[in-house]
Amino acid sequence: MIKFSRFLLIFALIIASCSSEDDGTDGGDTGGNETASFDRGAMLANWADNIIVPSFDNFQSSTQSLQGLSEAFVASPSLATLEALRSQYKEAYLDFQTVSMFQSGKAEELNFRSFLNTYPVNTTGVDAKLASGDFNLALPSSYAEQGFPALDYLLYGLGSDEETLQQFSENEIYSDYLTAVTARINMLTSEVTASWNGDYRDTFVNNTSSSSTGSVDRFTNDYVMYFEKILRSGKIGYPAGAFTGTPSPGNAEALYATGLSKSLYLQAVNSFEAFYVGDHFNGGGTGLSFYQYLQYMETMKDGASLSDLIGEQLSAVKSQSSALDQDLQNQVEIDNTTMLAAFDELQKAVILLKVDMMQALSISVDYVDSDGD
Amino acid sequence: MQFSIGKYLKSTTEAAPLAVFRLFFGLMMFASILRFWLNGWIEKLYITPKFFFSYYGFEWVKPFGEFTYLLFALCGISALMVAAGFKYRFSIIIFFLSFTYIELMDKTTYLNHYYFISILSFLMIFLPANVYFSVDAFRNPAKAFQKIPAWCIDAIKLLLAIVYFYAGLAKLNSDWLFRAMPLKIWLPSKYDLPILGDLIQQEWLHYAFSWSGMLYDLFIPFLLLWKRTRLAAFIMVIVFHVLTRVLFPIGMFPYIMIVSALIFFSPKVHHFILNKISAWFKISKSKFDTSKVYEFQGLQKKITLSVVSLFFVIQLLFPWRYLLYPGELFWTEEGYRFSWRVMLMEKAGYAQFKIVDGETGNRFYVNNSDFLTPFQEKQMSFQPDFILQYAQFLADHFEKDGHQNIEVYVENYVALNGRKSVPYLNPRVNLLNFADSFKHKTFILPFQDEIKGF
Repeated sequence: MIKFSRFLLIFALIIASCSSEDDGTDGGDTGGNETASFDRGAMLANWADNIIVPSFDNFQSSTQSLQGLSEAFVASPSLATLEALRSQYKEAYLDFQTVSMFQSGKAEELNFRSFLNTYPVNTTGVDAKLASGDFNLALPSSYAEQGFPALDYLLYGLGSDEETLQQFSENEIYSDYLTAVTARINMLTSEVTASWNGDYRDTFVNNTSSSSTGSVDRFTNDYVMYFEKILRSGKIGYPAGAFTGTPSPGNAEALYATGLSKSLYLQAVNSFEAFYVGDHFNGGGTGLSFYQYLQYMETMKDGASLSDLIGEQLSAVKSQSSALDQDLQNQVEIDNTTMLAAFDELQKAVILLKVDMMQALSISVDYVDSDGD
Repeated sequence: MQFSIGKYLKSTTEAAPLAVFRLFFGLMMFASILRFWLNGWIEKLYITPKFFFSYYGFEWVKPFGEFTYLLFALCGISALMVAAGFKYRFSIIIFFLSFTYIELMDKTTYLNHYYFISILSFLMIFLPANVYFSVDAFRNPAKAFQKIPAWCIDAIKLLLAIVYFYAGLAKLNSDWLFRAMPLKIWLPSKYDLPILGDLIQQEWLHYAFSWSGMLYDLFIPFLLLWKRTRLAAFIMVIVFHVLTRVLFPIGMFPYIMIVSALIFFSPKVHHFILNKISAWFKISKSKFDTSKVYEFQGLQKKITLSVVSLFFVIQLLFPWRYLLYPGELFWTEEGYRFSWRVMLMEKAGYAQFKIVDGETGNRFYVNNSDFLTPFQEKQMSFQPDFILQYAQFLADHFEKDGHQNIEVYVENYVALNGRKSVPYLNPRVNLLNFADSFKHKTFILPFQDEIKGF
């Protein structure tokens, strides 16, 4: 009797202790196992190796040229160097849309997204700094005075081409500020890219834990949050006044480079969708991602196919966008109803992602770690 | 029958099982409070939030800011005093009040386990748990007794039996038994467990767990009561609760239930436990073995028996109140809490509130994270009483901001047990037209499926 109870106690303690170390343990590669279970480790590897890292590599070379072309421009301001810089700005801004949703690791630590794309740009702040000649872009208070929105202002918002060239030729501080902004974009991007190419890739892929600190849980939370707050609210909701009832066209992305904002929006939706289905960034294949994960979970469930519903809703978002003007600020001003229609389509996707997908994958919202029943 | 009830109330038994129960209960409660504190949950759940969801009729129960720590300290210290049996009646009352107050502060954190602790500690106020192996009995031999009325121990057994049996009854529904929901959602997500990880991906296992969980809950009280199955049943208790601890984030509760189940064992086992403890701490246990019998006297006896009887009548009836409401219980949640419905639902929602000026038609949406923590927002989004209270709060808030003719609407989607999300509350009703009450909430849209069973 005594021995038996001692045995029970030890048994209970062993199992209980297994359960408490649910942080950061390696679930190991179960690939090649004959069971039909879904391999989350392989999904994380696909995300990192075929999507995230190539996207950052591509964006990094883009910001590298951006910095180079801005240096060339300030060295000899001319219409030709200005146009070259502007066109690279557009290209880099579009490339940014392919990495903006990847907010884990270094990007989170650096507040990468906030530094690169907080809009609308604070023109009063930028002007004050140009006047005083004193600025420190590393301060979080300067989010809205740098990154792509600040470039947008500096390259398109200072007046006609001649006026712009004049400003940069006559005021050294304009050149300094411009190069500081592009250098900072490039510096932050290379830091994030380097960390993904370094240790962080393994940290991310190996953290297959099912707990709220595991990569799948954390990444999914960030991914859904990105769609809701950054894509839906930021690009469409705020300019359309969906939350206030009062349209505010001045909240549109890329305010000064007329005709760019819809392309940025579409690029973001396309990248989000490509990630959802697991398309490799450089083409040439598809790997495991949310679509396949949901399909795996559905093989056990009856009812509608959630994986397809989400895919169809993202398509609906894209097809609605054909009704939008190339410039979203313009769209709000001429016909906000179409803009609000875009918001409604995005909203349907938010519900599918945030309620249905999170439930189907049993991922808790935002690391709520209290006890359950 | 009169005869046998009278006789039963007179029958006595050893006080040792109740003393062991008191000791372990107090220690476990102290550990729970300590764990809660060390996890930073006091800060996170009761100090950080700007707004708290109250139980109907308990709107006056609120956290005290930084002083909330004192409340937890009081609760923890009283738990230790209960364990020691030191000024027992006073300390168990303090424990009951402080613990219950904590639970009433915000219904976001409602758990059946916490409710169980509250009512168990209430019951313990009326039980002579300090007459044996306690500081009280040690210091005052006049208060030391070796035997107590048998019903005092049976009362705890009965409460445990109600919890298990009602939890089992609640599992007799088509989602649990025939769709293996929500285990089918929850289990595969624990893919990284050693050994079990691959196994819990299997569909047959989800059904096996659902059915065995149901059978376990329904029959375990009887298996524990019957002497010939008791040891086997206790092993099942350990296996079951340890397994639930491994699979789900349920904190201290499994251990509390395992230790509580000891009460079903004979006094011999409890004397054995107390002898061990006495040996470790060099306490002379013989001092308590007085052979004296504790008896309730006169008015005290009448009050105690009436309160305890009424307590059990309520416990037996309260879980059935859901029958008074129309609609599907899992969908409306009217009468869901305080009924031992444990782990039955995977429910998630999305609630976007719209503030409208009734005169001008101007409107704007609310950013819930301005007012609620992620946990509160999650719980609010699929529970109608939360939504009503929050709507009222929003109206008050925006009125102070100078808004006029405020109307509050909600666009609300809820997914239940793997069904696709569908609209939940009527988006066209102004929520301010409804006061919270125990009446059926007519603005809940009907459930578009059927769940059969209890």
